[in-house]
Amino acid sequence: MILGLELTTVWFILIAVLWIGYFTLEGFDFGVGMLLPVLARDETERRVLINTVGPVWDGNEVWVLVAGGATFAAFPEWYATLFSGFYLPLLLILVALIVRNLAFEYRHKGDTAQWRARWDAALILGSFVPALLWGVAFANIVRGVPIDADKEFTGTLFTLLNPFGLLGGVVTLLLFLTHGAMFVALKTDGEIRHRARALAVRLGIAAAAAAVVFLTWTQVITGSAGSSIAFMLAAAALVAGIGAAARGREGWAFLGTFVTIALAVAGLFLALFPDVMPSTTDPAFSLTTTNAAATDYTLTVMTWVAVAFTPIVLGYQTWTYWIFRKRISTRHIPTDELAGAR
Amino acid sequence: MEVVDIARWQFGIITVYHFLFVPLTIGLTLIIAIFETAWLRTGRPEYLRLTKFFGKLFLINFALGLVTGIVQEFQFGMNWSDYSRFVGDVFGAPLAIEGLLAFFLESTFLGLWIFGWDKLPRALHAACMWIVHVGVLFSSWFILAANSWMQHPVGYTYNAENGRAELVDFWAVMVNKVQLVTFPHVVLAAYMTAGAFVIGISAWLYVHHRHGAADRTSTDPGVVETARTDRAMYRTAIRLGAVFMVVGGIGVAVSGDIQGKIMTEVQPMKMAAAEGLYETHESCAPFSILTVGTPDGREEKFALTVPCLLSYLGTGSFDGEVQGIDELRETYREEYGQDPGAAYYTPGEYVPNIPVTYWSFRFMMGLGAAGAVGGLVVLWLTRRRNDGATLPHWVGPVGIALPLALVAANSFGWIFTEMGRQPWVVFGLMTTERGVSPGVSVTEALISVIVLTVLYAVLAVVEVGLLAKFVKAGPEPFTEPPDPGSPDHDRDAPLTFAY
Ligand code: HDD
Ligand code: HEM
Ligand code: HEM
Repeated sequence: MILGLELTTVWFILIAVLWIGYFTLEGFDFGVGMLLPVLARDETERRVLINTVGPVWDGNEVWVLVAGGATFAAFPEWYATLFSGFYLPLLLILVALIVRNLAFEYRHKGDTAQWRARWDAALILGSFVPALLWGVAFANIVRGVPIDADKEFTGTLFTLLNPFGLLGGVVTLLLFLTHGAMFVALKTDGEIRHRARALAVRLGIAAAAAAVVFLTWTQVITGSAGSSIAFMLAAAALVAGIGAAARGREGWAFLGTFVTIALAVAGLFLALFPDVMPSTTDPAFSLTTTNAAATDYTLTVMTWVAVAFTPIVLGYQTWTYWIFRKRISTRHIPTDELAGAR
Repeated sequence: MEVVDIARWQFGIITVYHFLFVPLTIGLTLIIAIFETAWLRTGRPEYLRLTKFFGKLFLINFALGLVTGIVQEFQFGMNWSDYSRFVGDVFGAPLAIEGLLAFFLESTFLGLWIFGWDKLPRALHAACMWIVHVGVLFSSWFILAANSWMQHPVGYTYNAENGRAELVDFWAVMVNKVQLVTFPHVVLAAYMTAGAFVIGISAWLYVHHRHGAADRTSTDPGVVETARTDRAMYRTAIRLGAVFMVVGGIGVAVSGDIQGKIMTEVQPMKMAAAEGLYETHESCAPFSILTVGTPDGREEKFALTVPCLLSYLGTGSFDGEVQGIDELRETYREEYGQDPGAAYYTPGEYVPNIPVTYWSFRFMMGLGAAGAVGGLVVLWLTRRRNDGATLPHWVGPVGIALPLALVAANSFGWIFTEMGRQPWVVFGLMTTERGVSPGVSVTEALISVIVLTVLYAVLAVVEVGLLAKFVKAGPEPFTEPPDPGSPDHDRDAPLTFAY
């Protein structure tokens, strides 16, 4: 027990926090990747876009690795059922993340236009696929999937491709696109900044429409009082963010989508609790924070580690954002590099 | 073909592939940190040129280590869900702690190092690479603790009610006696590998230096002078690489020797399998350098053996007893039951694949030793500060072979360790066959192994191409980097490094 909460509940919250960290941070760099062909007009502008996330995308991605590891340690049954059950979508996500990460590292290391165009495609697709599929996966987790008495997923790929799941995917896709555009508006200067801001407003409206339908639907099937508050605040934050973008307040606008994503994910976890993976076969087979959890001893050890190190991690990640706070524009892109010697 | 076969192939391919890049990452982060610090201390241009040059090669390598690591993190859940359920309580904790302690550190400070040349004061910039190295060591520590637990489970109880291993003593898992020797063995082998990489690349460049064959006959004083300073630089790198190689090599041999004893104690079958020793030798068991005979090693036609060496490797005494496979099989049957996975492992239940264990053990030691000899030869050839001299041409190919031999030695080490543990996935507790995901179909498993293998093969080609390109280009000429610590640093200049 910590602060009157069961350790299993504490770890449920911590895992929610890890996913929130992942979606709020990697969300914008997925967005930037997908917007590459839309916002950039030439090679220099493409490099401006890529360099807005250059120093941070890797740190952002670690959030999902820790979320995976923490799920393994704190809720082994959840980790086992989820990743063996959602096998093919997860495989697609992994492949997408691989080619996308390599696009960041390798794109600038070749000299031909064809080389760069291929890595551009990898970056765009590699950002699109996870942005969509994480939403599909989360919608299905919240809604419930067929799970048998042995805690095994008994559906197929097509079980996951239901209207609710797909809508969840569209929502994360649109939210990340908006978030990415807001980030570009905040981090660049010149024409690209204005283009990004205008696009963010339009994308934001589309995202808001889809999100309202999806979150209301979620609230109807499985919502709780807590999730309804989180969803309403998320919607308000999105509207405020779009308003701020329209008035040219880029910092507030980005904060708006940041908070929107954080609250929407928090709401999904609140709607899920105390299940971690509800079964549609029979509620008795649902995985819950108690029947999927590790022992108290393991959770205690992990809690100490998390308490000691999470503040340090947050500290130096924030410091990195501070170091790289300056806006980037086309004139910051070096042009005199020796071909092949970069 | 069953899911378990596919899953095994996938794990083997994916993990060995990941571990091609890991040793270089572990060793190069330290070597680059040393080069950069040396530049700060001495101000000598060649140290900065080496920092940047090996930094570039390192980043090409690191990118693949990183992306293949992501698959590692999730494949336990995907292909080995029953294993994950069984061990999550014990095994998940180090994995999660690795992420929190190590991966955040590595990725964040590497981002700062790559993009921070014009943003961070110089000392802080160099510190970033040291921090990355610390992160890498944390990462190795925790993942090896997890693996060592699979070799020798400690600090847990078995809960018969839910059929799971449960953690009771985290500290015991951290200081598992297998872990305490595995960690130095793996990290020192990585230092050795990175040393070989630096020696090999520098020797190759020494021979084919930057401006190609034309320069060798050139009499232009500018060209001659560049060639001379470049050679001096390569020689500096070779000497640092040699330190890594020698220190790493000695450490690997010492830790490997201790590992052999601990292994004989906790997994006697693995030592018997390493020699293909069927009959128990009460004293003075021989060690064969190589054998020609039937694949299972029961009959030999020809063998080159060193008397009593196996007794020494396994027990520390030349007349120690080494148990043979036949006796151990009976012991294991009594202890663990008749039939761990007869369907799978017949007829050799409890006996790992002998040819694989036999040869992988020898290739690990042999290729490592061959690499060390190659490194020493290069060191000998460059022993004098005679920068006008060229090296014989065969040093070029030797330079390329050096790191390859060491990388292969690492792979064989893992193949031996893991295959030698079979049929167990967690020694004495769970067979590999029972760890596999019951819900995953053969089709799904096949799709995944094919997709990942093909993707990895393509990436290997890209990686080799990039490495070759940047090695051939050689270190860039010295340019003074920006100094953000100085008052007249232009904060609005173009970025020093941009993707
Ligand atoms: C002895 C060292 C060692 C071993 C045995 C392994 N790894 Fe590894 N891993 C590293 C040492 C390392 C590293 C040196 O720290 C890497 C290499 C490149 C990098 O980014 O860090 C890494 C990267 C890396 C990453 C990406 C981290 C990032 O994004 O920064 C993940 C998720 C894993 N590994 C996970 C695993 C798992 C689950 C393994 C077990 C099967 C494993 N590794 C074996
Ligand atoms: C510390 C990191 C690890 C490394 C570097 C490593 C390396 C290897 C290697 C080299 C093989 C041999 C592949 C083959 O030829 O089949 C292997 C096999 C295997 N390992 Fe590990 N391993 C590690 C950790 C683990 C973990 C955590 C598991 C947990 C599931 C595991 C389970 C297996 C299994 C199931 C096989 C297949 C068995 C076989 O093919 O013989 N290993 N691993
Ligand atoms: C004198 C030479 C060596 C000896 C006596 C030795 C001994 C051993 C032993 C006994 C193991 C198995 C440990 C176990 O399964 O419990 C092992 C594993 C391993 N070896 Fe070596 N080794 C030597 C040289 C090398 C070299 C040169 C390298 C690579 C450069 C290397 C890399 C590895 C790796 C990566 C593993 C797997 C991880 C582990 O279990 O430590 N070894 N070695």
